[in-house]
Amino acid sequence: MRGVSKRFGATVALSNVDLEVRPGEVHALLGENGAGKSTLMKILSGALAPDSGTLELDGERYSPSSPLDGRRAGVAMIYQELSIAPHLSVAENVLLGVEPTRGLRVLWGPLRDRARDALARVGRADIDLDQPAGRLTIADQQLVEIARSIALGARVVVLDEPTSSLAQEDVERLFRLIGELRDRGTSVVYISHFLEEVRAVTDRYTVLRDGESVGAGVTAEATPEELVAQMVGREVAELYPRSPRQPGAPALVLDRFGGRAHPDAVDLQLHRGEVVGLAGLVGAGRTELLRAIFGLDPVVRGDVRMAHVTGPSSPGNRWRQGVGMVSEDRKREGLALGLSIADNLTLARQRTLLSPRALAAESQPWIEKLGVRCRDAEQTIGSLSGGNQQKVAIARLLHADVDVLLLDEPTRGIDVGSRAEIYRVIDELARAGRAILLVSSYLPELLGTCDRIAVMCRGRLGPARPVADVDEHSILLEATGAREATA
Amino acid sequence: MSEPSTAHPLRQAFGRLGPLLGLAAIWSLFAVLLGDSFWGWDNQRLMLLQTAIVGTAAVGATVVIISAGIDLSVGSAIALGTVVIALCLGAGLPEVIAGAAGVLACAAVGAWIGAAITGRIAQVGGVTLGAALAWATAVPLGVPLALTLGAGVAAAGFLLLPRFIGSVELSPFIVTLAMWGALRGLAKGLGDNQPVYVDGHPAMLDLMRNGDEGLSAIAAPGVYVLAALAVAFAWMLRNTRFGRHVFAIGSNEQTARLCGVQVERTKLWIYALASATAGLAAILQFAYLGMGDPTTAEGYELKVIAAVVIGGASLTGGEGSILGTLVGAFIMTVVDNGCTKLGLENWVQEIVTGAIILVAVAIDRVRHRRG
Repeated sequence: MRGVSKRFGATVALSNVDLEVRPGEVHALLGENGAGKSTLMKILSGALAPDSGTLELDGERYSPSSPLDGRRAGVAMIYQELSIAPHLSVAENVLLGVEPTRGLRVLWGPLRDRARDALARVGRADIDLDQPAGRLTIADQQLVEIARSIALGARVVVLDEPTSSLAQEDVERLFRLIGELRDRGTSVVYISHFLEEVRAVTDRYTVLRDGESVGAGVTAEATPEELVAQMVGREVAELYPRSPRQPGAPALVLDRFGGRAHPDAVDLQLHRGEVVGLAGLVGAGRTELLRAIFGLDPVVRGDVRMAHVTGPSSPGNRWRQGVGMVSEDRKREGLALGLSIADNLTLARQRTLLSPRALAAESQPWIEKLGVRCRDAEQTIGSLSGGNQQKVAIARLLHADVDVLLLDEPTRGIDVGSRAEIYRVIDELARAGRAILLVSSYLPELLGTCDRIAVMCRGRLGPARPVADVDEHSILLEATGAREATA
Repeated sequence: MSEPSTAHPLRQAFGRLGPLLGLAAIWSLFAVLLGDSFWGWDNQRLMLLQTAIVGTAAVGATVVIISAGIDLSVGSAIALGTVVIALCLGAGLPEVIAGAAGVLACAAVGAWIGAAITGRIAQVGGVTLGAALAWATAVPLGVPLALTLGAGVAAAGFLLLPRFIGSVELSPFIVTLAMWGALRGLAKGLGDNQPVYVDGHPAMLDLMRNGDEGLSAIAAPGVYVLAALAVAFAWMLRNTRFGRHVFAIGSNEQTARLCGVQVERTKLWIYALASATAGLAAILQFAYLGMGDPTTAEGYELKVIAAVVIGGASLTGGEGSILGTLVGAFIMTVVDNGCTKLGLENWVQEIVTGAIILVAVAIDRVRHRRG
């Protein structure tokens, strides 16, 4: 597969990008969120059509009309959010859509044999073929998906952030598997934020920034610093503004705080005028911690104290106590996408009687302050870009005038420009004496914006260390449980 | 971390047998309270007979619900089926043809529903327009001319309307809600607003009579129809690619599509088959009533859904079984029958049935809760 180049229309999501993946190599696709990686992969898989440019697969022109078409041609995508039919058996998931049949009948024997074969090639011949796939761990579900691409005879396998929710031993097994795929001549495109992983497992790399390919080469010949410089460009210094901050009185105190499954006996002090980051893998329990603090999930033990108020409470009370939360799931939980900007922005603090005009008038200052790009406050929020939607979600907390802000992945899936603006807002809030608890899976962001960072691993929260005392490496070690948290 | 979280085997087995255990418990309760007037075979075969109609339609509805769909048109389809059968018999057609016509009419309705759900409302709308036109002009223009006109309009609509409207996907709830009303109206129109009586005693009526000797003395032939249908559908769901794709679509439609499952075509078949079983239920209903009745089977769509849900299916798809559905349908009959024999009034039975639906689903939810 060689010479993929394409351009997008007015929005310029991708501008003249080249990507060349050779047979039997592991190729890293690097770039920040919003750099255009997922757009490029959607084009590769057939989910999107390019405006211009050509794709070739094994020297032949390749123009898939749909993901199905792409799969038939031998390009298999394995997304971060796995694509499993949870009620079907493991064997059926491996051969979904290509079941061996005679006439109408499914041939269970050959189906199971081929599924076991494919699973053996991913090193898990021992998985019970008959159990529902939904019962498997995330790591095993991922292997089932890889086995599916093997059973299909895929020539190019794209792995999108495959390690984001894996434990360390599963990551190592995945890396061995990727090596075996390569040795058999399969090309692997590997998308990841983690430079250590990229260096450990890939042969060559391509860097995307703002929709352009800005660098490519042999991974072993590039230092992490060079890669980061290519990914971030020159704006790295001003991306994370940080004015001098003065931590004040405690605004939120957790004492042996625990929820039903996660979190487990968490101790934490959050002061006014500081930003504390929560790092950890997906599924470590960070979101659950925020939800429990905010009263969305039950608290089963321990104590939470906000300034003067103590004890568990409901989200409605939390708002009145001066605590606000931005959900990680903007589309389903964070915002009512069908309603207007004004409705969404004022939802947490509305009078009993109100008029649309009054809501719009109340919203206007916040729209201007946060630089939300929109027609007016009456515009439906679903029509805004992700970054502008998120600004409205944060503006809701400001409108409700909260002291403690719980932000769960506030920059997920939004473009670099909007991210910089959100970092600026966070900085201003901290300087104005608000307390901010920030959950993020993107380590540079945590290191850039936080005063202290605590790492969560399997429901347990380590001590919050000053940001000067940690780096990506130490956080990752603690997050994967490779190093026990020591105070 | 890599240890798969499997439920305790005992619990799993209990889960699969849950509806059956529920049935056994309810049945035993009535048997103790009522003695042999309840558990005697005469009453058993009566209850089987009472289950046959709803059970037959519920077998098809199980497929729909496993695929995460819903069909609210079942009752109206059954009524339409009885009218079609009665009209065919009245026109002097052989019974087999009349029965097949009832099933085919319902299957066509199902294909219509499936087409509308999968985005082809323009195509089926065009054809429907043509058919309606042919019907309306048959008297003033004469049959050959009306048919020609109708076919022309249908063909033009089928080919041209999609160009203007494009593909519009409608939810099964909406489409079958529309058919719930429209099919009832069609049945009334065909029957001229009244029951369609049939002369003589067609042999078909014996489907819903307990005989005096042979197999039909054990249970009415209609019960065997249900049993055969259930076995066939259970096998189909388990052992055909179509059946497994029904589960795949209900479990995760995006994944199914990604893996090359022909989601649209499969859905078309799902609704056509389900409505065909409603047509089979219409034959039994016709046999039970001895006439075609456009107002019959009112509310059956909800009884059918209740049977499927009590039987352990999930309305969000991916789960359900034919055996469970049969048990669910039988549970409802047992409650009706037992309450009547206890001298409880109708309103008590209805409340009890409602409670059973809630309890069955609540137990199912508890069973699914993990972690």
